Amino acid sequence: MRWQQTKDWIEHRLPIFSFLDKELNKYPAPKNLNYMWNFGSLAGIILMIMIATGIFLAMHYTPHVDHAFNSVERIMRDVNYGWLIRYIHTNGASMFFIVVYLHIFRGLYYGSYKAPRELLWIMGVVILFLMMGTAFMGYVLPWGQMSFWGATVITNLFSAIPVIGDDIVTLLWGGFSVDNPTLNRFFVLHYLFPFLIVGLAGLHVIALHVHGSNNPTGVEKKTKKDTVPFHPYYTVKDLFGLGVFLIVFALFIFYAPNYLGHPDNYIPANPLVTPAHIVPEWYFLPFYAVLRAITFDIGIPFTDIVLIEAKFGGVLAMGGAVGILALLPWLDTHPVKSARYRPTFRKFFWFFVIDALVLGWVGGKPAEGVYIYIGQAATAYYFFHFLILLPYLSRNEQAMPLPASIDDAVQARKKYGAKK
Amino acid sequence: MSKDKKDSNSETSRRDFLNMTGSAVGAVGVAACAVPFIQSMNPAADTLALATIEVDISKLEAGQGMTVTWQGKPVFIKRRTAQEIKEARNVDLKDLPDPEKDEDRVQKEEWLVAIGICTHLGCVPLGQKPTDVHGDFNGYFCPCHGSHYDTSGRIRRGPAPKNLAVPPYEFVNNTTIKIG
Repeated sequence: MRWQQTKDWIEHRLPIFSFLDKELNKYPAPKNLNYMWNFGSLAGIILMIMIATGIFLAMHYTPHVDHAFNSVERIMRDVNYGWLIRYIHTNGASMFFIVVYLHIFRGLYYGSYKAPRELLWIMGVVILFLMMGTAFMGYVLPWGQMSFWGATVITNLFSAIPVIGDDIVTLLWGGFSVDNPTLNRFFVLHYLFPFLIVGLAGLHVIALHVHGSNNPTGVEKKTKKDTVPFHPYYTVKDLFGLGVFLIVFALFIFYAPNYLGHPDNYIPANPLVTPAHIVPEWYFLPFYAVLRAITFDIGIPFTDIVLIEAKFGGVLAMGGAVGILALLPWLDTHPVKSARYRPTFRKFFWFFVIDALVLGWVGGKPAEGVYIYIGQAATAYYFFHFLILLPYLSRNEQAMPLPASIDDAVQARKKYGAKK
Repeated sequence: MSKDKKDSNSETSRRDFLNMTGSAVGAVGVAACAVPFIQSMNPAADTLALATIEVDISKLEAGQGMTVTWQGKPVFIKRRTAQEIKEARNVDLKDLPDPEKDEDRVQKEEWLVAIGICTHLGCVPLGQKPTDVHGDFNGYFCPCHGSHYDTSGRIRRGPAPKNLAVPPYEFVNNTTIKIG
């Protein structure tokens, strides 16, 4: 009784309980969501894990070139459970990207980016950019060899911008090389960006809840028969997925905590010695391969006029490889959303997945010999998929008949299953 | 009354004008406020006030090199052999991605002084030690993305767009170089 009164008192002033009830309890979700729809909430949970572990790590970390490496080693050896918190944080970054990449591929397969969810999708792309920046700056903080040289290579990308490039790099560094000012600001920004991501993820969810989740049929929900309340149906489904995910996460933390890292980063940063192979973290490898694929100047044929130098071309291609996702709603304009009813698109979707994996594999190889050509071919296919194939299929692909409603599709599946 | 009505219904009113000019001035003000914050990220006075350094090169024999730090960057100093000088000078400028005569890059033909930062993405090329990989042009080789430099520090092959930069320097005497 007293609780009810307190609740009413609060509700009258801040309608938080009715809000939660509407968005997390009654919220009508398509009843046919499969496990690919777990990765959104999973990404949100990992974001919370990353922020929580990050805050505790920051209590022990020193953002100074003379102390950063040692303060991280102190976290590993002396701080109570420091090893655990840091391994959760470092492996959490990898888990975050796995989950987000699966989340994105889910969207690509089921056409989740199409009307009326274009802005929802674009906010997702912005979140991806912020995540990449956050992860990159986080990797710099331990101030090991890979930290330093990764920072050097990536910040130097900006020097490719014509005319103002060098000034931008000096501005980023706060000096004439990656040094203490750079480390300091990277620490601050690494702490700031996750909160920007929280804000954007909030908008992402608000935009999602306007029209609700897409679903495996790609047919919008029409009647009450098409949906189930979010709780308990999807809270339970998401929690089960979370359990499976945490098992995988824990296997990495406790049994292979450095499997996804580079041994070179346990060598303190040395500005005078470059490691033999600078390789970014695995989640950047496909984009790194795109960066390295542009080994040629782009100019007017049969003249010496160079419009885009190879270096700038690589940077543009790499940025474009992520940025092009934002244009997807206008590149794939086929009226049918889900690949389930687009047999040709479905095949090419899987080609695209293979292409992304090839890029990731090439990105981890040295830039020489046959790897250069594989990387170039895979990069060309990557852009071919978005810029030529998807617009072509939008106009010419004959889709299979769509079910009249989500409920119809579910009933048809049930009958089919019963016959079998 | 009728005048007010007319104002509010017409496509652009005095109020629109005031709104737009007010917003524009506000935006300029905010942009101006951003200047000190962005400038604060540029190199600070103590970072800029980098002293020049003097380097004793008397101990270097032909074929040996030393690497010193200047402005936080590695600077390659190499005493070139007669063979290396010959290689650097007998190059057709047409073969160079960034054409520059060796004579314009060194003050004394024996001594190559260059900033040891690959012009591609900033790695430190190998080639200062005799045991290092020297690349296909007998000079420097950047292990990061495979740029080859010759004995004058000029880019010959690979993704780097420019020759290794030459810092401002002068010979104080025969055995001392002042960089900066």
